[in-house]
Amino acid sequence: MEIEKQVQHLTERLIYIRDIFGDKHNENIRLLVSKMEDYRRREPSLSVRERRAAVLTLEDLFGFVEKKLEAELSPMDMVRIVRHPQRICLRDILENVYDNYTEIGSMGEHSIDPSMVIARAYITRRRGKKTIDQSVMVIGQEKGHGEEFRNGGSVKPWGNAKALHYMKVAETENIPIHTFVFTPGSYPIEDTPGAAQQIAANIYGMSSLKVPVISVISEGGSGGAEAIALADRRIMLSHGYYSVISPEGAAAIEGRLRSGQRASQELVEKCASQMQITARDNLRMGYVDHVIQEPNLGARPYHYEFFRNLRQELLRVTDEVSISVRGLHLFRALRLRSRRKQAIKGLDFEKAYVRWNLPSSAQNRLVNRRHRKFRRLSLHAAPDYTPFSKRLSSLWQEIGWGLYTHFKYDMLQRQQQKVAEYVDEVKSEWTLFFDRILAPWRMLMSKIRGAERKVSVETERQLTELSEWDDNQEQRGGNWVYVSAKARIDRAVTCPNASTHGCLDLWAPDLYGEFAGVCTNCGHHFPMEHQWYLHNVFDQGSIFEFATDVEASNPLGIEEFEVKLAEAKRKTGHKSGCMVFEARINGVRLVVAMLMAAFRGGSVGAAEGEKFIRAAERASRKRFPFLAYVHGTAGIRIQEGTNGLIQMPRCTMAVRRYIDDGGLYIVTYDTNSYAGPVASFLGCSPYQFGIRSANVGFAGPGVITETTGILVPPHYHNVYKALSRGHIQGIWDRREMRFNLYRALLTMGGRNLYYR
Amino acid sequence: MLDISAVLEEIKASPYTELSVRAPHCGLLTFPGDLKPGDPLSGPVGEWKEKPGTLLATLERERNERPISCEEKGELAALNRELDGCFVEAGTEIARYRHFLSREEVLQLILKRALHLFIAPERAKYYFVPAVDIKFKVSGPKAVTVHDGDELFIMSRMKREASLRYSGPEGVIYAVYFIYNQNVDAGAPLIGVCPPDLVPQVEEAVLRVQTEWTERN
Repeated sequence: MEIEKQVQHLTERLIYIRDIFGDKHNENIRLLVSKMEDYRRREPSLSVRERRAAVLTLEDLFGFVEKKLEAELSPMDMVRIVRHPQRICLRDILENVYDNYTEIGSMGEHSIDPSMVIARAYITRRRGKKTIDQSVMVIGQEKGHGEEFRNGGSVKPWGNAKALHYMKVAETENIPIHTFVFTPGSYPIEDTPGAAQQIAANIYGMSSLKVPVISVISEGGSGGAEAIALADRRIMLSHGYYSVISPEGAAAIEGRLRSGQRASQELVEKCASQMQITARDNLRMGYVDHVIQEPNLGARPYHYEFFRNLRQELLRVTDEVSISVRGLHLFRALRLRSRRKQAIKGLDFEKAYVRWNLPSSAQNRLVNRRHRKFRRLSLHAAPDYTPFSKRLSSLWQEIGWGLYTHFKYDMLQRQQQKVAEYVDEVKSEWTLFFDRILAPWRMLMSKIRGAERKVSVETERQLTELSEWDDNQEQRGGNWVYVSAKARIDRAVTCPNASTHGCLDLWAPDLYGEFAGVCTNCGHHFPMEHQWYLHNVFDQGSIFEFATDVEASNPLGIEEFEVKLAEAKRKTGHKSGCMVFEARINGVRLVVAMLMAAFRGGSVGAAEGEKFIRAAERASRKRFPFLAYVHGTAGIRIQEGTNGLIQMPRCTMAVRRYIDDGGLYIVTYDTNSYAGPVASFLGCSPYQFGIRSANVGFAGPGVITETTGILVPPHYHNVYKALSRGHIQGIWDRREMRFNLYRALLTMGGRNLYYR
Repeated sequence: MLDISAVLEEIKASPYTELSVRAPHCGLLTFPGDLKPGDPLSGPVGEWKEKPGTLLATLERERNERPISCEEKGELAALNRELDGCFVEAGTEIARYRHFLSREEVLQLILKRALHLFIAPERAKYYFVPAVDIKFKVSGPKAVTVHDGDELFIMSRMKREASLRYSGPEGVIYAVYFIYNQNVDAGAPLIGVCPPDLVPQVEEAVLRVQTEWTERN
């Protein structure tokens, strides 16, 4: 019976090897197949003892071949490993790594989203003779060895919402969080709360969780991974991958394939290796902190030694994070530092005990540390060519501004406010008191003068006449400062709504000139270039650009991408797809970060992220409101791989710092805004507005249909739909953007715009 | 009185409607090269009819090209090739195509001629009044005879209920178009009323259409 089991096990191993390598390494696979067949043929004639010996030999052979194949694993092989149903999944980890656990809110397929599993678990450790149960919140995607209802670990928005909810619970309970990333990507649907908006909420929430967060990445697919992967320490399994897009998706974009077409295997393999998605690559680039070695050809549920290592590593890292922010930790920290080596020697971490719940001072240190950690990432991928002298002067300016605002707002204004509040109180009392005393006298006077009392001419005019058109506000009567180059072409344009709304053709000079690209009949907004906004929304000559020398680069050395980047730089005259500047609206100063659709579709890479962060920091330093004007973004720049992906948490954290400091952050979407940026630093804003006819969403219609099989109706991502779903907070007419933005600044920022 | 058989024969004699495509405005006309009479045409397709039908011509005015697509499934009958590359006035006939009637369309045509449709006055949920409802459930729709001025429906919207009287010729209810507990848009038909003596004929015609009518692909 036992021998039968062993043979069955070997058969499964063979199937696994075949699945991983497909047509490659045929001679090795053939060898294993022939040996297995040979054994089966001989089996009836062998005695039990001979059988046992034969199986042992077979096992040795399997071990040998697996070791040999391990050395030749390509990145795409690793992708196939993590996707294989035999790969370890979260429930295996819960069973084998933790001493006890209770699953929260799910029982098989009965769950709000079976692809997200949450559990309260504990690990029992010893200190002297005492045993202590240390609780953790375990959160992760569950692939369930290919169970269909798990969706392969693609989490729906409500699954991510549940994860965030229990992270907050862990924060309340002051217990650390272990997250396990097993996802090929998020399930791309817009149903409330919306894939993008929920991921944004998760990243925003996680950035300042006051408990240690440790994440373990096996399959880290893009936004779905980021939804739970923002952590103090990120561990990666050696055969895992962590990438901005699946190799197939990258190949489809590289090969310019239409939906439904499949990329060739060679192209997919090439993309997988070019994108640098493996654990080793990510460790080298600094996006993960440690790599845990897996058994040959990846961990499977029967690799108990691997689970032991994982447990040790989790204990060590959680200890390390907790202790690093505690006040008194000198000896324990020293010991921890040397313990990584000891673990390899076989010493376990079950003994020394570090409390995982943190006092409040340590909690703040933990959050600050996390923010600093992410701020430092990906700097190498965003080269800054600012001359030294300029850097020095801007450093002085920054220090000056810092001191000035600290003095003005933190010291002076606080005192001023206190005095003003007190004076106000006294004044109110005084007025009330005098009103009472003077009331009879006033009544008498009004009776005497009642007939003569007259309203001033100006007040009467204001009350009786219709309000006048103000050329400086709203639509400026069609007299725009900047007129699009498209208005110089003598041609007619048909509105896309002509068939349903009966719009007549518009003459381009009218449409792109006076009408500001808006159909006069139905109000459809034709896309306009970003220059139109720069000139017509902000005060004349008020724009001051900074961080101009941070340049988009090709950190992964993707073939021919250098040329494409150079072309985009030449075409737009900008060095990256993000322009950051200070500007004024009716004298109100603000900092703006603008993503330009003209520069590689407005995609966000390391340079764009860095500029965005600098803009947020500048706004914070100067106490200005911060506007993200998204003229269009196609998502994270896939050619930068993880360097781009990491901008999601980085920029969101910058926004979080800014908002926590009391800033006003407004986002305006124009044309098309999709994917990563919307699912992070844009989607996390409490005030998001869409320009009419814009589209906002997570994945485009083609991707939704391809991944989920759901047909998407026309105008699925339109801003009106986004507003109905609760993803954005309002819709603005392009011609009234200046007016609306100014009003938003006044109404949302209060009198001083910055301080609440 | 309406002669159903004659109507059916009439439809059979010309089993299609011939539709004319005209220039929506003036402009320079160009035809796609490979289009010729006899070619099958497709109408708008997709779940939401979001993909336009076969391209019949392109009309360019002031450097603005407008595609003219086929609105119904059918077969191209005539194409005014002589206009290719010419400037045409608005309303000029560009092409004619035949749209072959489907079984459903034939049925609708017959019922439209034979029935009086009673229209929903506003968007609401509609129910039969209890007396009619019981009769309806026990003996089927054709057992209910309605007269002008009969109280026939309860119109329910946002918890407000109002009664609705039937107006139109006397007859039996032949078809019910609304679904219990679902909203009906204003202008949508609620019931189709048929003169009692015409019922057997209509039923026979429907049966014949359903069994005999062959649809052309």
